[in-house]
Amino acid sequence: MLPLFEYTKGMREEHTSYCPGCTHGIAHRLIMEALCERGELGRAIGVVPIGCSIVAHNYMNVDMCESMHGRAPAIASGIKRVHPDNIVFTYQGDGDLASIGTGEIIHAAHRGENFTTFFINNAVYGMTGGQMAPTTLIGQKTTTTAGGRSEAANGKPLRMAEIIATIESAAFVERVSLDSPANVRKAKKATLRALETQKAGVGFSFVEFLSTCPTNWGLSPIASLEWLRTDMIPYYPLGNFKTKEIGR
Amino acid sequence: MPQIFVKIDAEKCKGCNLCVEACPKKILSSGRDARNKYGYRAVTANGSEDCTGCLNCALMCPDGAIAVYKRQ
Repeated sequence: MLPLFEYTKGMREEHTSYCPGCTHGIAHRLIMEALCERGELGRAIGVVPIGCSIVAHNYMNVDMCESMHGRAPAIASGIKRVHPDNIVFTYQGDGDLASIGTGEIIHAAHRGENFTTFFINNAVYGMTGGQMAPTTLIGQKTTTTAGGRSEAANGKPLRMAEIIATIESAAFVERVSLDSPANVRKAKKATLRALETQKAGVGFSFVEFLSTCPTNWGLSPIASLEWLRTDMIPYYPLGNFKTKEIGR
Repeated sequence: MPQIFVKIDAEKCKGCNLCVEACPKKILSSGRDARNKYGYRAVTANGSEDCTGCLNCALMCPDGAIAVYKRQ
């Protein structure tokens, strides 16, 4: 039997606590596959946030550190400065990175800290029960915007990848989606390029994954992918926003 | 005998059916009867010869329940 696809050794063989159809599992796997392919598994250090992915250290087979809410970039900055030869990454959701941790992520990018942030944007607070996040779309119903998010009361959603891309010291910024096999393949490529950017010491790298939350969106896993395609991608366009050339 | 073989770990599968949707040859089907120890009905593969080994199912599986092999 020739294996065409096997679960990466970067993931521990554990049953994850994520809901059925939650694309956290795909993002976890892509990052760990990328580290595994680059032979960095034993030298990678991850920092996980508060949110659903608070438990990611149980599943990712690398050394990991738990951070306070939104403070993963500050901890990753410290780890990377002390261990410059290790691959350091943070894995943060939108409730963590785009709201309480906005200052942290912007200043980590501003200082040009040489680590990688993987940002999971599912347009809602997951673990706390589906409240409005800064990334919640206009009209989207959440437990704190029962009639749908209104622009007059809540403003318009934050586009984090575009914000980070305007920061001079950010070296690699890309937004990818986990809605289809083709986009999952592209997401893997972006992950690899972000890690290469860090390896080359060019500066801060940032990959935003558009992800689903079937439970808090109130949709089936398949309908969630469809909603991601029809509602989220038009507001959060996919693509590369910034690439500093490696080796310059 | 089919050349490509999709192996589904019924204990890891949460029955989200993302793989069923992603399969272009429709060789996967959502589970109907047996539940695994977590209470989910795992997806099953029908072992058809139509499988091309495109890996779409494995790429979309959030739970690492799918492995794909080729017979030698």
